[in-house]
Amino acid sequence: MAERYKLTQDALSALFEALAKDGRRILAPTDADGRTELNAVTSPDQVSKQYLQTILSAKETVFPKVERLLSYTTEGGKVDLKDAQPHALPTVLFGVRPCEAGAFKALDAVFNWDSRDKFFNARLEKLAIIGVSCTSADEACFCTSAGGGPGDTQGSDILLTPVQGGYLAEILTPRGEAIQALAPQFFQAGATEDKEAVLAKVEKAFDREALTAKLPGMFENPVWKQQSLRCIGCGACAFVCPTCVCFDIQEEADPKKGERLRLWDSCGFSLFTLHASGHNPREVQSARWRQRIYHKFAYYPERYQQYGCVGCGKCTRACPADMNLKEHLVEAAQAQ
Amino acid sequence: MESLKQKAKELLEAGEIKAVLGYARGTSDTRRPHVAMSALEVDKLVADQACTTNLANLLMKHEIKHLGKLAVVASRPSTLRSLLQLTAEHQVADGAILALVPAEGGVKQLGTAQAFEEHLALVPQKKTEKDQALLDRLKAMPRAERFAFWQKEFSRCMKCYACRNSCPMCYCERCTMDCNRPQWVPVPSHAVGNQEYHLVRAMHLAGRCVECGECGRACPVGIPVHLLTFFAEDSVRAQFGQGGGASATIDNALSTFRPDDKETFIR
Amino acid sequence: MCHCEDKNIYLPYLMRIAQVTQEAPGVKTFRLEFQNEEEGQKFEFKTGQFGLYSVFGEGESTFCIASSPTRKGYIECTFRESGRVTSALADKEVGDTIGFRGPYGNVFPLDAWKGKNLVFIAGGIALPPLRSVIWNCLDLRENFKDITVVYGARSVNDLVYKHELKEWEGRSDINLVCTVDPGGETPDWTGKVGFIPMVVEGLGLSAENTVAIVCGPPIMIKLTLPVLQKLGFPPENTYTTLENRMKCGLGKCGRCNTGSSYVCKDGPVYTLAQLNGLPAEY
Repeated sequence: MAERYKLTQDALSALFEALAKDGRRILAPTDADGRTELNAVTSPDQVSKQYLQTILSAKETVFPKVERLLSYTTEGGKVDLKDAQPHALPTVLFGVRPCEAGAFKALDAVFNWDSRDKFFNARLEKLAIIGVSCTSADEACFCTSAGGGPGDTQGSDILLTPVQGGYLAEILTPRGEAIQALAPQFFQAGATEDKEAVLAKVEKAFDREALTAKLPGMFENPVWKQQSLRCIGCGACAFVCPTCVCFDIQEEADPKKGERLRLWDSCGFSLFTLHASGHNPREVQSARWRQRIYHKFAYYPERYQQYGCVGCGKCTRACPADMNLKEHLVEAAQAQ
Repeated sequence: MESLKQKAKELLEAGEIKAVLGYARGTSDTRRPHVAMSALEVDKLVADQACTTNLANLLMKHEIKHLGKLAVVASRPSTLRSLLQLTAEHQVADGAILALVPAEGGVKQLGTAQAFEEHLALVPQKKTEKDQALLDRLKAMPRAERFAFWQKEFSRCMKCYACRNSCPMCYCERCTMDCNRPQWVPVPSHAVGNQEYHLVRAMHLAGRCVECGECGRACPVGIPVHLLTFFAEDSVRAQFGQGGGASATIDNALSTFRPDDKETFIR
Repeated sequence: MCHCEDKNIYLPYLMRIAQVTQEAPGVKTFRLEFQNEEEGQKFEFKTGQFGLYSVFGEGESTFCIASSPTRKGYIECTFRESGRVTSALADKEVGDTIGFRGPYGNVFPLDAWKGKNLVFIAGGIALPPLRSVIWNCLDLRENFKDITVVYGARSVNDLVYKHELKEWEGRSDINLVCTVDPGGETPDWTGKVGFIPMVVEGLGLSAENTVAIVCGPPIMIKLTLPVLQKLGFPPENTYTTLENRMKCGLGKCGRCNTGSSYVCKDGPVYTLAQLNGLPAEY
């Protein structure tokens, strides 16, 4: 177990200043007209006081919704191609929940499993995560069924747990140590507060590994159709998801110059798999909904020995049709 | 609520309908769309103030259309208005869909466009106070300020198309946003792409919007997109004296050309 | 742990169009040469692989490399005008520059086919992937026993590689059977008239020591596979290629994902035995 330190609220302000002095941008959950958004902050005062999670995930810090992959100019049939450089800023993600901190590993699995994606990597290399444990949860949460927990340390470089008078700090990685080294005097060693006592209680809803073992045999099960009857086929779930990585590549150009862009995409859109011939391998919404579940709970583990879902519940909260992922996974786990 | 369930069961048993599209309990205290095809599923139906979704957009969904004859729970006037507008646009045949309206001490069964219109005359649809207030504020703004307001709102858009896909009037098999020959609207969710998407959508709905506000409710990042179409609807009403969802036989104000049009450029 | 040296995997090669052949209505073949000679010399591919071809200003489109790796110095692609990119591609002329990313995907296992009879069955615009492997096998002719090609199209006019079909017809080391759908024949048509599955059934093929490779539109594949099964071809010896929609070609964008397989990485070449283990989402 990593050594535990005490970080007072005042010390946190000083730490923010030290991070800024070190040239790092701090992104944290902030309040905006009743929504919780990830925004740049300079002081802990700007961080939302009461938040469960941000609406959007933190994936946009490493995988923005629009990213230039290359650009070019065209002149008289000749093409001058220009590589694109990701604009990666040294960034500290403050206050993301343990579930989301764990999601970067799932993104990494796809972006780097075979060839390496320099755009993703450039940003990830400059990212440090100061996670904050959950002291509350809602009906959408199911981290404990997805291999995590409200105080899970995986994915965070430093994990803070709110306790009386400040935070309990666990320094977990070399990147965490580097942050600690910026202001070591603010981390008081020998903290004795009981971390488990303050954590949210998130009951385990289903056995993930058992579900994975069961999925291959229930491809034609009627649950997928029943569940997805109300799904409207939008991309809200995928876009707020911290692990959804599917993307589109689009061209934007005028007659003289242009660029190729990478955009978020979703397997829930009917256009996602549509062939130019009109043939669509996943013609109906139930097939697309099933793909979403299988990709995360069957195909990821088979291919990457890693799950594609961290149980954060963002998709459930964002869904206009209230597709509750936890509830539907429980149904699948119990289906005959 | 019991009379709604009773009615639904009767209709299903008699074979008059194949399914009831209504509401059931959702996450926390919310209500979600629910398709009931058996007595067991009918028992999950809920009808109360929390049933805010306009279910009409699901009536246009391929998988639901193919279930057979449907009854829809029309707790909201906007659902009936959607049905009228869809009938006017020849998407739904008059009499094809039964509406079950939970009412004081029972449930009203409406089967024709005329019955929808008569019922709507009794329960006019009203905008929420919050929507009306923001709409008034927007109308009072100088153009530049209003433009800035929307640009700020659109900056959060990520083109998940929850607004489009939740709209009962966005039923096109292939939306113009998804056509790339030519690429009318840029696909990326950047400033220009977002702005063009929302403005084109508002224009496509002007005179057809039933003002259910579903698009705004669906938006995961809280953009009040419904106010764009509300605004457009108000303009069409002021200019042409008619609006979306008022009748099953109305011609669309912005795509109907008449020799006696008051605008000379059309003639 | 800096990976600043990571290359941009989305950057295409620049290719010069060296030759354009109009194959059939709406179908063209481009011969492409590397604009940068050094890149061209380093470039290697194997038969079965594909690439993403781009028109700058319009985007990228996926199709196979239709030439054989035994023919050096260039690659060829054959495409039908069907969307935004392929239409823009069709407007390009000799000397123009386009982009190419690849080679991607797996390959036809020619080593495993050594000493066997090969039966190639192709429909319509699906001859290009087989043309690559057919030429590859013809160029290494001593490695294989009998080579049979069954090729069908809707009409005589729709047959692609007409000059090469004539060449194969004249060779004694390859047995070519051409067919067109009923009504698609011309007065001077000497080939067969009929749908591919029926023609294959009537050939009296032996599955003994034979590999079958089928490429074509989904309906043709669907109807031809049972015929092969009836003739005794085991699923392990029956090959086809999938053409799921793709954007990256690198196993990342998720579009071609079918089961745990990425068509762009684990395919496009699959045996029927492998396909039977995947959900039918292709």
